[in-house]
Amino acid sequence: MRYFLRRIGFFLATLWAAVTLNFIIPRLQPGDPAEIMFKKLQGRDAELDPAKIEALRAMLGDPAGKNLWEQYWNYLGSLSRGELGLSYTYFPYDVATVIGVALPWTLVLVGTTLLISFVVGTLLGAFAAWRRNTRFDSIVTLGSTFIGTLPAFWLALLILFAFGYVLGWFPTAGGYDASTPGWNAEFIGDAIYHSILPASVLLITGPIGWILGMRNTMIMNLGEDYVRLARAKGVPDTQIALRYAARNALLPSITGLALALGSMLGGQILIEQVFDYPGLGRLTAQAIDNKDYPLLQALLLFTIVGVLLANLIADMLYGILDPRARKAQS
Amino acid sequence: MSTGVTQPTDSSNLPVGGEELAAAEAEAVEAAGPRWWSIIWANRKARVGIVILGLYILLGVFAPWIAPYEGTRTDFEALLEPSAEHWLGTTTSGGDIASQLIWGTRVSLLVGLFGGLFATIIALVVGMISGYFEGTWIDEVLSFVTNVALVVPILPLIITLMAYTEDRSIWFTIFVIAITSWAGAARAKRSQIITLRNRDFVTAAKFSGDRSWTIVFREIMPSMSSLIMAGFFGAATGAVGAEAGLSFLGLGDTSSVSWGTMLYQANQQGALAQGLWIWLFVPGLALAILITAFTFVNFGIDLLSNPHLREDG
Repeated sequence: MRYFLRRIGFFLATLWAAVTLNFIIPRLQPGDPAEIMFKKLQGRDAELDPAKIEALRAMLGDPAGKNLWEQYWNYLGSLSRGELGLSYTYFPYDVATVIGVALPWTLVLVGTTLLISFVVGTLLGAFAAWRRNTRFDSIVTLGSTFIGTLPAFWLALLILFAFGYVLGWFPTAGGYDASTPGWNAEFIGDAIYHSILPASVLLITGPIGWILGMRNTMIMNLGEDYVRLARAKGVPDTQIALRYAARNALLPSITGLALALGSMLGGQILIEQVFDYPGLGRLTAQAIDNKDYPLLQALLLFTIVGVLLANLIADMLYGILDPRARKAQS
Repeated sequence: MSTGVTQPTDSSNLPVGGEELAAAEAEAVEAAGPRWWSIIWANRKARVGIVILGLYILLGVFAPWIAPYEGTRTDFEALLEPSAEHWLGTTTSGGDIASQLIWGTRVSLLVGLFGGLFATIIALVVGMISGYFEGTWIDEVLSFVTNVALVVPILPLIITLMAYTEDRSIWFTIFVIAITSWAGAARAKRSQIITLRNRDFVTAAKFSGDRSWTIVFREIMPSMSSLIMAGFFGAATGAVGAEAGLSFLGLGDTSSVSWGTMLYQANQQGALAQGLWIWLFVPGLALAILITAFTFVNFGIDLLSNPHLREDG
């Protein structure tokens, strides 16, 4: 029980730290943050909508209230009511709506490829460890190391160049063409067609981490006494590999998977930018280009909360699955 | 390394690995001694890595003499084919691709060296102090900070920090990367020092009246130098990848050209649609080769900390 309380405590403390960090970042520059932002924005587009200024004030917790503590309380207050301010890029929509539109795209693309990568990577890694120092192992390990050295967004550019532009097999930008978004066959087919290139990049680079991680833990586990004992008892090989070593080696991967699922909420910023895919990652890139601070901060907060929640769930699972974790921490 | 930037989080989910390493390391240190260079050099991959890294360093240091033009010059005729004057041709905006590439080496190496160095220093100070004082309030505080830094997603945080700054220098990039990417290494160092802290040589130092500070940094730290080295190259790899990614998003240094900036411009100015494959290809290739070199050097360093690997060749 103490273990679980500690994890929840850590979650709340981190959440507070993240929310506060989000409050501090715009104020790191000397001077009134709102004024500085106005100046930056005015430099870009001369006629600045007063409503936008209001949006900015709302995001910053109304700096006109002067006192930093009051601002902080205002900020916490509006945050707890779910008010994250209005986006400049998609004015007059509020940030939450804009994020809501982009979210499904990222969830489907990144979520699907992440789960496939996890399964494929874990299986390959486990098998490579089991058949250590064979041809299969060296191909898998060397292959992953090689692909791992390629910058993913460059790989994305090359794939887009080859299959989108030179060969012209796939669309070069966007998430769908002329079809109307909704549950109709035309749109779904269109969306899948558009997601093939970005998905292929994520499926090439995705499994690497899982392969190498699983292989390492599995090799470590295969050297443990309980595996030796199982061998001595005459437990069949496949059973040792799957029921003994792989099952235990999977534990660290669960934390990894939870964290990856959480940070998925940040989108694949670079990849989505390359393919102009309408998810959260491209939204982040747009927010950078337009200096859309309310949107940028909300996206950061959104990702952080996602990761923290995922981390909490992983810790809870870990506590249930691995009694050692409970003992070590209490 | 999937995107360069997300990598540090990946390596951090191996808390057990740190302790395993620590035990292997302690054996290795006694055996390795001054032979560390010959052990690394004897490995073919590590040798290749060191040679490539050496070439890049030469290219970066002597960029002003090697590159035909300044990397920031954009007053050439646009879209020239490769020729004797412009080895790799020119860009849409009239920049010399070869010169940009050579000057870009300098940016990446600077980011790798100092980003890796600063991240390693933060990780060392936090991890070693926290581990040495395990169980005290100092450790509680430092561990909490480390855990927070570990779970907070790095790339979105860096992006937000960078987006607020108007005039970005290369040093600002390095600073932001370093303060956001030290946590995994700090945790590894903490768990290693916990295994080393009760060894005889530490007890001896305690009895001879050394202060904690001296014990941590003069007695214990040298015995984990290969882990620190591996951590440095890991952090450097991450930093180089992060800089490229940030520059690709248009958040790079505003006064110089890096490989990431080249790819950003190539993408923005329609290099793909116009079939300008050289412009698209060379910066990423340079980046990939540098990261490969870092990885290969790290293979060599792994041999120091884990003698079992040496027999495998």
